[in-house]
Amino acid sequence: MTERIRILVIDDEAAIRRFLRSSLPENEYFLLEAETGEAGLRLTATENPDIVLLDLGLPDLDGIEVARRLREWTEVPIIVLSARGRETDKVQALDAGADDYLTKPFGVKELLARIRVALRHSQRGKEPANPVVEADGLRIDLAARQVFLDTVEIRLTPNEYKLLAALARSPGMVLTHKQLLTEVWGPAYSEEAHYLRVYMGQLRHKIERDPAKPRFLRTEPGVGYRLIVED
Amino acid sequence: MSDTRPDPDALLRAVQSAEERKSRGRLKIFMGMSAGVGKTYAMLSEAHEQIGRGVNVLAGYIETHGRAETDALIEGLPALPFRYLEHRGVKLKEFDLDAALKRKPTLLLVDELAHTNVPGSRHPKRWQDVEEILLAGIDVYTTVNVQHMESLIDVVAQITGVTVQETVPDSIIERADEVELIDIPPEDLQRRLREGKVYQAERVDQALKGFFRTGNLIALRELALRRTADRVDAQMRSYREEEGVSGIWATRERIIVCIAPNRLATKVVRSGARFGVALHAETIALFVSSDRQANLNDDARALADEALALADGLGMETVSSVGHDIVGEILQVAQQRNATMVIVGKPIKPRWKEIVFGSVVDELVRRSGEINVQVITGEGEAATPRSKLLDKEQVTFRSVVGTIAATAGATAICSLISGYVDLTNLAMIYLLAVALVATRYGPREAALSSLLCVAAMDFFFVPPRFTFSVADSQYVFTFLVLLGVALLISTLTLRMRHQAQAASERESRTAALYALSRELAQSRKQEELAIATARRLREVFGIDAAIFLTRDKNSLTPTAKSRSHFERAPNEQAVAQWSFDRGERAGLGTSTLPGAQAMYIPLKSPRGTVGVLAVKPEDQSQLDSSMLNLLETVATGLALAIERTLLAKESQDARVRAEAEQVRNSLLSSVSHDLRTPLTSISGAASTLQDSDQLTAAKRKELATMIFEESERLNRIVQNLLDMSRLETGGVGLNLDWNSLEELIGSALNRTEALLEGRKVKTRLAEDLPLVKVDGILLEQVLMNLLENAARHTPTTASIVIAADRESDGSIKLEVSDDGPGIEPGLEEKVFDKFYRPRESGVGSGLGLAICRAVAQSHGGSITASNRPSGGARFIMKLPPPVAPPDVPHD
Repeated sequence: MTERIRILVIDDEAAIRRFLRSSLPENEYFLLEAETGEAGLRLTATENPDIVLLDLGLPDLDGIEVARRLREWTEVPIIVLSARGRETDKVQALDAGADDYLTKPFGVKELLARIRVALRHSQRGKEPANPVVEADGLRIDLAARQVFLDTVEIRLTPNEYKLLAALARSPGMVLTHKQLLTEVWGPAYSEEAHYLRVYMGQLRHKIERDPAKPRFLRTEPGVGYRLIVED
Repeated sequence: MSDTRPDPDALLRAVQSAEERKSRGRLKIFMGMSAGVGKTYAMLSEAHEQIGRGVNVLAGYIETHGRAETDALIEGLPALPFRYLEHRGVKLKEFDLDAALKRKPTLLLVDELAHTNVPGSRHPKRWQDVEEILLAGIDVYTTVNVQHMESLIDVVAQITGVTVQETVPDSIIERADEVELIDIPPEDLQRRLREGKVYQAERVDQALKGFFRTGNLIALRELALRRTADRVDAQMRSYREEEGVSGIWATRERIIVCIAPNRLATKVVRSGARFGVALHAETIALFVSSDRQANLNDDARALADEALALADGLGMETVSSVGHDIVGEILQVAQQRNATMVIVGKPIKPRWKEIVFGSVVDELVRRSGEINVQVITGEGEAATPRSKLLDKEQVTFRSVVGTIAATAGATAICSLISGYVDLTNLAMIYLLAVALVATRYGPREAALSSLLCVAAMDFFFVPPRFTFSVADSQYVFTFLVLLGVALLISTLTLRMRHQAQAASERESRTAALYALSRELAQSRKQEELAIATARRLREVFGIDAAIFLTRDKNSLTPTAKSRSHFERAPNEQAVAQWSFDRGERAGLGTSTLPGAQAMYIPLKSPRGTVGVLAVKPEDQSQLDSSMLNLLETVATGLALAIERTLLAKESQDARVRAEAEQVRNSLLSSVSHDLRTPLTSISGAASTLQDSDQLTAAKRKELATMIFEESERLNRIVQNLLDMSRLETGGVGLNLDWNSLEELIGSALNRTEALLEGRKVKTRLAEDLPLVKVDGILLEQVLMNLLENAARHTPTTASIVIAADRESDGSIKLEVSDDGPGIEPGLEEKVFDKFYRPRESGVGSGLGLAICRAVAQSHGGSITASNRPSGGARFIMKLPPPVAPPDVPHD
């Protein structure tokens, strides 16, 4: 039997913690709970969780601040929990080092999917990276720098490829505008969001079957983009 | 029974004065009969005692006159430095009021209460400084000689032959908490004088022969002792009142002091004050101007004003009234006020005048009934200054020509008819001419015309004709009658004319006041009110005025500006502030800061002072009592009008609050309904699941799905509410950025997939759609709301079309249409209303489309609803032509 995954939830709302406690399958997950940011930081150090679920509206510390402090010493995946309408907070948390986010309210299925993606991503940092990302007819070969849709090779411009590759290196995870712009065009262009709109549009027209209802390149309004590989 | 009960008025007074005394400083006066009795010495000795008790004593101003004993006592007293003021090139030392107020000692020593301050000080008199110090809660010791008491100056003048200029109102001495009489026998005082303890040796002889004569000193000593005894008596009475001991006097005595516009008036007022003190009576100064005196000349009015001001200064109530029958008016006031005594002045007139014209005093005595009449006679005092009406009438060249022409005309007529009528009847023609001249011109012309007429009649018609010699002496009589009639008619005409003039002047003032009050009633803004008032004062009364109003509490802003801009000077603004803070008049013509350019009248409303009216007359005499009354009326009217604007603003605010409250209430009722519907389903389904033993797996799954969907719906409602409040408060600006419509549509479609339950969605996007600068999240919300709306009102088999295109003018058109039942005709606009829900569908918050419209409008665009010709609803959103997006480098 594999070891249970240790999840630390930092949230001051008892109802959320109770929901997680009763919904996460007990044989797979072990739940640690912290009501405050300080307690969360302490528990991360002492209990060494596999993943942290961090609420942004904490009574003592700003959630963004907690993410920043955690990142000072640990690579533990952080998933931010926040309400819609607080996009700036999410972006700040992601830029401060959080790995992904979930908008409240969310379902268990959604949560487990995010946890899986985040864990897989952190795992990969330790193992040799999988050079091929495949989903639903789309195949991105990061080693060969080739992209196929339904076995037909797609011709991409260098920047289109760089953009797609950046997303493919963290499949299923959100990347903020700033992260993508820095990755593709360099730090000097981190505010030029319209580059992304144009290139993302071009990419969709090349790899999506219906660019107006994208299957792979999902927009996270106000935050960034995500490459969806699972069904 | 009732005799033993204390008078409620008296009890109320006792409570009030006790209240006032709590916050006021205590005043102790050291009183003496003359200089040199040792008042300052006694004051300083007592101050040292107080220091011994640990009291914080400060010597504000001490005059030692170089007396050694007194000098010695100053040692060891903390003293306030003098303030040096320059007046006409001489440097004068003065008590520093502001420094004293700043130091705030417990007890302040201020010598010589009757002192007149150097011009340029805040108050003209030192006793006013002392009043201000007492108001600030500081105790004061001061000194005064009995001869300086206002009500005694006539008596003192009689005794000593000296009219004292520096006076102190009796009221300040009466209100003092303690008066200590410093008394030494006259012989001792004279001895001290001889010893050089009072004045330097060279002045002693002169002093002993003059003011310090034994006779003088005895009389002054008696005055001082009597005044102090009066005070002790008053204290005993007030003790009895406070302790509820039944008074000896069942009712308080009231004295009416009648002011006539003559030089006797001030003397009458002072006597009244003395009677008041002696009889413990309330005194009321009454000025009745008869309508016959409507044309009182300026001197007479000034005398009356002076007497009224004096009465006010002596603490009397002042009443002015107008009546035809002076005596009747006086008696009416006396009866209304329950007066027990009336004091009048009686100027000595020649006996014949009294017999011919009668005397107000005699008539008063005759009609007074039970009221005592006290008559004060004036030795050699001048009677009422004669009206100088005559002086105003000028004899002009025209009036002389007219007079001569009238005489010539009468002569011509007489020569025509002289053959037919008797000589005496010719006199009637001349009489007519004289009457005409008298009514048309003044008394001088009338006299001239009677002279001319008699001469003409004599010359032309009285035998012997064409000579001035008179055969019959009866024509002298004719001349006298003509002259008398001419003078009588002209005097009457003149009086009528002046009354008419006065009436029209009054009428114009009344009209101006009426016009002002109408303007005040119409204006809604404080600034307008102030400016209208200042303009009226300038136009109608020729007074330069400025008005200060409060912006926030306690700070004054000159709102209506004057012509000469006097209100800009910081000094003047300080006077305005003083007047505002105290709620009293200040500046020119008052006793506070009289050196100011203007008079400052506080605008008092029932809620407090709301501003200050400042008036700068061309010369000070313009501010007579009638003008002051008028200004006071204007100030009150303005204050009330300003208060009305404040009240209007408050009620406006209240109305806005009430409306906001109503919106909030309808929101709350709508929201609570919308939230409760999904909550009911959720809790119902969940409770069924709780006892799930009987349920099939399929049933359980159905219930769980229901819970999930309903909670999603709740979430959407909450999101809509948040968006709405964000859009409505306008506090949060739009988060504009470059966005791709395709991307926004794609994202909206992905997020509404579950909601659409398999309805087919077609997208038709133009090839060349540019990036648009919008708030991406809000625009995505619009699309989601339109999709949700389509899903709610169409069957699951329906298909939905989303189209985006560029119009010929460059604007962007976004269209969401369906092939469902469409919108009920006539409701195309209504669907965008907040909280509007079509009757058949009880779902949704009624906010979705309202948000769409708010978002469209906040982007400068629009959204409309219509029905497609082929059936189904169509929503078209238009966004203004986007500016060209920045270039994106190609690779």
